[in-house]
Amino acid sequence: MIVTLAALVGLLAYGVASKRTDTSIDEAVAAGQRIDAPEAELPVLGRPGASTLADYRGKVVVMNFWASWCKPCTEELPLLERTQKRIAPQAATVLGINYKDVSTDALSFVRRFGLTFPNLRDRDGRLAERYAARAFPETFVIDRKGRIAARRRGPVDQRWLDEVLPPLLAEPA
Amino acid sequence: MKLLALVLVIFAAGPASLPDVEDEVMCVECGTVLNISTSPVADQERALIRRQIAQGRDKEEIKAALVEEYGPAVLAMPDEGGFGIAVYLVPALLALLAGGGLAMAARRWRRSGDDGPPAAGPELDPADRSRLDAELAAFDR
Repeated sequence: MIVTLAALVGLLAYGVASKRTDTSIDEAVAAGQRIDAPEAELPVLGRPGASTLADYRGKVVVMNFWASWCKPCTEELPLLERTQKRIAPQAATVLGINYKDVSTDALSFVRRFGLTFPNLRDRDGRLAERYAARAFPETFVIDRKGRIAARRRGPVDQRWLDEVLPPLLAEPA
Repeated sequence: MKLLALVLVIFAAGPASLPDVEDEVMCVECGTVLNISTSPVADQERALIRRQIAQGRDKEEIKAALVEEYGPAVLAMPDEGGFGIAVYLVPALLALLAGGGLAMAARRWRRSGDDGPPAAGPELDPADRSRLDAELAAFDR
């Protein structure tokens, strides 16, 4: 009886602990440290095949979590496309991570804004979870060595991108 | 009988309705059952279900389409690993606790039934007995 009760209490404690938000990325970025960016192989949006962040090693990656049902996300897509055009010649890319979305809905936004940057589908949110992403849109800038150099929880603006990107683009691979 | 079976099969595999599906799938962002969710992603899920219904899909086909878009977590079933296992484990543990409690209660109840009438007190010595008799006789008067 006591063992069963202890097991129930243990289960409850585990459940509470496992729901706690991981703040390790925020703490590292705030301390000026760069930690390895979590990776997961994800399907490519709009065509067959899968890809992972590792495929972009050597590039600066502006990784943006977005969804077609998230208005602030779709509002910043034109800015991200302009950024893609600006940084692509400097061995850098925007990488869209389409989060818990219907692919046809997401593709309609890709077409509407003429997005040229690649997009992967985080259909069940497992990659977003590893970044503790919860205030969409969220953007993480990954350096050429695959480490998180900056993050923005909420929409990005030109000023933030101008502040964050030039030093990272100047770093060697 | 065969006709009834055929009707049941047709009915079961026929086009689904929104309420029919809504209470068996989750809002993938809010973590609640879809029929009580009001978030934008829940609206998107409902729109997908309506499109599927318009195409004449049955419930299982619609659920498969939802899984294709959002992954297995969209089904109102817990994960088989991690904390999700609690859904299976907790009822088993509670049943174990209840069973143990009932067994203990039954054993105590049976033991108390076997005890018979309460044991008599110690024998009174003759002096006390005669004094008690005298006092009881005084009450009777």
